[in-house]
Amino acid sequence: MRFMVIVKATKTSESGAPPDEKMLAAMGKYNEELAKAGVLLDLSGLKASSQGARVRFSGSKRTVIDGPFPETKELIAGYWILQTKSLEECIEWVKRCPNPHEEESDVEIRPFFELGDFEMSSQTKASHDTVAARLEKDKPARA
Amino acid sequence: MAISDPRRVIEAIYRIESPKLIAKLARVLRDIGVAEELAQDALVAALETWPESGVPDNPGAWLMTTAKNRAINALHRRRRLDRKHEELGRDLETDEPRDRGADLEAAIDDDLGDDLLRLVFAACHPVLSTEARLALTLRLLGGLTTQEIARAFLVAEPTIAQRIVRAKRTLTEQRVAFEVPSREDLAPRLASVLEVVYLMFNEGYAATSGDDWMRPALCEEALRLGRIIVGLVPEHAEAHGLVALMELHASRSPARVGEDGAPMLLGAQNRARWDRLLIRLGLAALERAESLAAAAGRPRDAYTLQAAISACHSRAPAAADTDWARIAALYAELATLTGSPIVELNRAVAVAMAEGAQAGLAILDALETEPALEAYYLLPTARGDLLEKLGRASEARAEFERAAKLTKNERERAVLLGRAAACR
Repeated sequence: MRFMVIVKATKTSESGAPPDEKMLAAMGKYNEELAKAGVLLDLSGLKASSQGARVRFSGSKRTVIDGPFPETKELIAGYWILQTKSLEECIEWVKRCPNPHEEESDVEIRPFFELGDFEMSSQTKASHDTVAARLEKDKPARA
Repeated sequence: MAISDPRRVIEAIYRIESPKLIAKLARVLRDIGVAEELAQDALVAALETWPESGVPDNPGAWLMTTAKNRAINALHRRRRLDRKHEELGRDLETDEPRDRGADLEAAIDDDLGDDLLRLVFAACHPVLSTEARLALTLRLLGGLTTQEIARAFLVAEPTIAQRIVRAKRTLTEQRVAFEVPSREDLAPRLASVLEVVYLMFNEGYAATSGDDWMRPALCEEALRLGRIIVGLVPEHAEAHGLVALMELHASRSPARVGEDGAPMLLGAQNRARWDRLLIRLGLAALERAESLAAAAGRPRDAYTLQAAISACHSRAPAAADTDWARIAALYAELATLTGSPIVELNRAVAVAMAEGAQAGLAILDALETEPALEAYYLLPTARGDLLEKLGRASEARAEFERAAKLTKNERERAVLLGRAAACR
């Protein structure tokens, strides 16, 4: 399963101040660990929202809003894309991450849509069910 | 998705920790089977304790300490037993068991860095059958349960369990050293490791259409192992080449099955559904493989060449943009390297795309006498295809009919007979 692991912003990250050297070093080590375990697909940090913009959609209207944006704790400061076997495994990796901020903050984990999540045809679905049933049948009785 | 099930949490932790755990224990105990059992014991202990006490802050360290204590206890037991035997003789063993335990503890705490690499080489050791290597690698390095491995290979659970037990026994009996191969052995041993990963990937990739739902998991596992191996031997071009090949192939998974569940050929796939992230990763891995080979003054290996061919498709925004001349040249290089007539067949198709059907047909003509392709239905299929393009309808029909006789796949046969009927 593929997950986006999203580091939320804080007042400090939104201030545009460069990240702490020690934290950067710890993060570098952590990223290396993710790569060595074969779970890291991608990662990036984002500049403060003052450097960005929003386009608001309302019916056929488009309004451009310049950053910064007020809801700091909901903004995105960076992300990883991880590939793990389960949400639990992803959570375990995230728990090992060094604290990205001085202040309290959230790191959010969101699964990607995957093949079969919403466009599986009835025919494909039927054959998947058959295999599932077959596997279930083949399963030896468990003590 | 419920995340409250402590069992799933513990299993996730075990999956992260077990390769390191097993690798360290195996180095010290010089027995992979025992190392894996001790790691499993630690998992069982965690399953008994953590749901009550909560997951410790450093679960990896907890598992290691638990396994270590069990290893020391096992060693003490073994030594006591040895001593009893010796007491029957004359000399009394004076070596203090506690000291032995302390030695062991220090040895386990040593971080030699390449424990994991030793484990990879042991699990993929040539004394094991291919099947055994696949199962053992998934178990020791992928942290997969026997049940999961059985599901992935569509075989019964006891079969896999037995295969793993026998593989571990073979490693012990054959006294397979837990070590990184010497310089002169490294190339063939690494080839054996990469082959396991490649087979694992193909097992998952070959049958993604229709009736398999556990197979994509095998592809993911192979990709993960490939990335781990690249991290362990980053200076080896072919490891990067294999990862590139797998990533580029996997990038097309979302487009390989059409709306009706039928397999979609490359040219007909909706390229908007290709996985851009995997393509980007695959192209980067290919670049590293090619620059490493170039820096070493060596020709590109078979994985890297296949990845380079795959990359030609990945780079083309539409099927019509494909650089067939480059693909044909890459197939020529691959044919020289492998001597495989199937590669030559592929080259003929690429040449036909680049220079026209007549040029492709000339290469296929030369393959007609190839014994290895005598019963290979794709040869007459390719011939039929090119003859049809050249307007030689009756010859094309005969080839499609010949192909239909040779294929073992009913669906394929119907398609071929349909094409034969359309030739007039």
